[in-house]
Amino acid sequence: MRKLLLAATCGFTMTLAGAASAQDQALSNDYVKIGVLGDMSGVYATGFSGPGAVGAVKMAVDDFGGSVLGQPIRVISADHQNKPDVASATAREWIDQERVDMITDLTNSAVGLAVQSLASDKGVITMNTGAATTQLTNEACTKYGIHYGYDTYALPVGTATAIVKNGGKKWFFITADYAFGHSLQKNTTEVVESLGGEVVGSVAAPLGTNDFASYLLQAKASGAEVIALANAGQDTVNSVKQADSFGIVQGGQQLAGMLVLISDVKSLGQEVAKGLQFTSAWYWNYDDESREWAKRYMERTGAAPTFPHAALYSATTAYLNAVKAAGTDDADAVRAQLNEMTIDDFFAKGGDIRPDGLLVHDMYLLKVKEASASKGEWDVAGVARVIPGEQAYPPLSESTCAHIDQ
Amino acid sequence: MNRIFWVLLIGLGLAAPFLIYPVFAMKLLCFALFACAFNLLLGYVGLLSFGHAAFFGGAAYITGHVVKVWGFPPLAGILTGTLFALVLGAIFGKLAIRRQGIYFAMITLALAQIIYFLSLQLEFTGGENGLQGIPRGQLFGVIDLSQPLAMYYTVFAIFMIGFLIIYRAIHSPFGQVLTAIRENEPRAISLGYNVDRFKLMAFILSATLAGTAGATKAIVFQFASLTDVHWPMSGEVVLMTLLGGMGTLFGPVVGATAIVAMYNELSAMGSWINVIIGGIFVVCVLTFRRGIVGELARLLRSRS
Repeated sequence: MRKLLLAATCGFTMTLAGAASAQDQALSNDYVKIGVLGDMSGVYATGFSGPGAVGAVKMAVDDFGGSVLGQPIRVISADHQNKPDVASATAREWIDQERVDMITDLTNSAVGLAVQSLASDKGVITMNTGAATTQLTNEACTKYGIHYGYDTYALPVGTATAIVKNGGKKWFFITADYAFGHSLQKNTTEVVESLGGEVVGSVAAPLGTNDFASYLLQAKASGAEVIALANAGQDTVNSVKQADSFGIVQGGQQLAGMLVLISDVKSLGQEVAKGLQFTSAWYWNYDDESREWAKRYMERTGAAPTFPHAALYSATTAYLNAVKAAGTDDADAVRAQLNEMTIDDFFAKGGDIRPDGLLVHDMYLLKVKEASASKGEWDVAGVARVIPGEQAYPPLSESTCAHIDQ
Repeated sequence: MNRIFWVLLIGLGLAAPFLIYPVFAMKLLCFALFACAFNLLLGYVGLLSFGHAAFFGGAAYITGHVVKVWGFPPLAGILTGTLFALVLGAIFGKLAIRRQGIYFAMITLALAQIIYFLSLQLEFTGGENGLQGIPRGQLFGVIDLSQPLAMYYTVFAIFMIGFLIIYRAIHSPFGQVLTAIRENEPRAISLGYNVDRFKLMAFILSATLAGTAGATKAIVFQFASLTDVHWPMSGEVVLMTLLGGMGTLFGPVVGATAIVAMYNELSAMGSWINVIIGGIFVVCVLTFRRGIVGELARLLRSRS
């Protein structure tokens, strides 16, 4: 009897294990595979990742013709749940089993850092469009990691400068408690202090906080003129809405969203958000080229593109162009090609990928319009100022990236 | 008869990296060891700890830190993590075994949450970022663990050692006393056994091996994160044990395999996966309470 039981146990274990392995085990690489690893269900699923991100990548692949160097281009996607361990395990499996050639999106800086270092160890290119921390191209920079779109250095250059020059000198931070929030707070503080402002305090809130009451009350009591929200996605929306119900703006304090997307403005409503200034890497209604692309994107996905979605399209296209030009999907050759190329499309005007992996391009300071001034559902903001790439990003000589000196 | 089982287990274990994705096989082994360690306490002493994530995740952080920052070799790192779990287990156990049933579970949960908040706030853990980029290093200074096969067989060896320790403990006089305590504690006391001492020893052993599992996982994934130390992990291990068969030697291995495989296969379904696994748990509790292995054993026993 015992023998049978044991055999059955083993058999069952084996069946399960077998089922788990029934995935693609082919090691063939006669295709180019792009992995979209993003937050598909959490706080960043609306504007940064989610179906809109996968849609943007697929659109780029379709526009490219679906194949490169005579090989089909495949796109796979997964939800990292904002957990760096899940992201890292997924990326590892993609690289080992699925043979992905490039991983993109990577919203959430903790995820971005984890996957960039893992992928580079294994010789796979990452094109990070979602995560914002400057660590990606500084102390944590890697040979194959590219930071495409924006970072926490570029965001406050527009927003914080505008606010301090308008007289908002005393700042208080509500910060998302992980790599991104801390990085954004640090960079914003530098901008504020360099212009003669001061930071009177800060509080860290966990990612995905629903109740910002205690943080907002601390901010209210701090005596600051400006309450900076060093968070993003649903966290920003929640904190702005709750600040409204605490009467913070009516009480004379000003809110500064350090990373706001047009989808956030939309869910806040222009009434709540009006007058809000924020920095964006791209705005769909900026010029004809952007409008034309945005229109096609909207037809495909049903929503207006945010700047991370546009960045995904642009990054995918840039990657495929580099593969085509290099004549191979070998990571070294493609990375070298990306270094040489100039990226000049609807998203990145005069864009250049530097040896530290940072894409330098123009950024925009946007201001939310009055609802009456909007000409369409998504016409929520106007461009107040174009920030040239060399102002938005620090020079390469200031990068602490170790490998560029070699 | 036992010999056949061992041959099968070892044979399958040796062949696994050729049949399935090695990293997945390593994950299975880590969770199987974790579940076996937990089962020692739940299945053989009848103590439901709801704080085993603290040992699992805590050991992962300690191992990650000593390997990454202090430059320990991987095996020494795993041993340090295990030692940490042992000490933590002694402290938790000493406090928790004074109470029984739901109170025992609540005390272990509360203590584990302290470890969770420490992990969230302490500098060296990296908070939400997790402890990233733990090097796998070299075993005994010669075997390069970045090779999947070398890593796999190291993990397999660690699993087998842990599994043998549990097997030995269960089939020893010590294990018999534990079962006696589970069946009838007052009688065990009246027979002159120092029940608290036995419970504490079982608790420490269970915590230590859970720590070994967590420490090994940290080396495999080169990552220690809040997921490992958060309370749902404590719940997951209960689920693995119950589904596989509480109080059976192989049940937790089967349960861990089933749950990990399900999470892997169904990950595309997003948060629905928790609903599905919850449903399976309900079905398990309502219809086959002995778990997969427990029910199989009963079926075979009634036939023979």
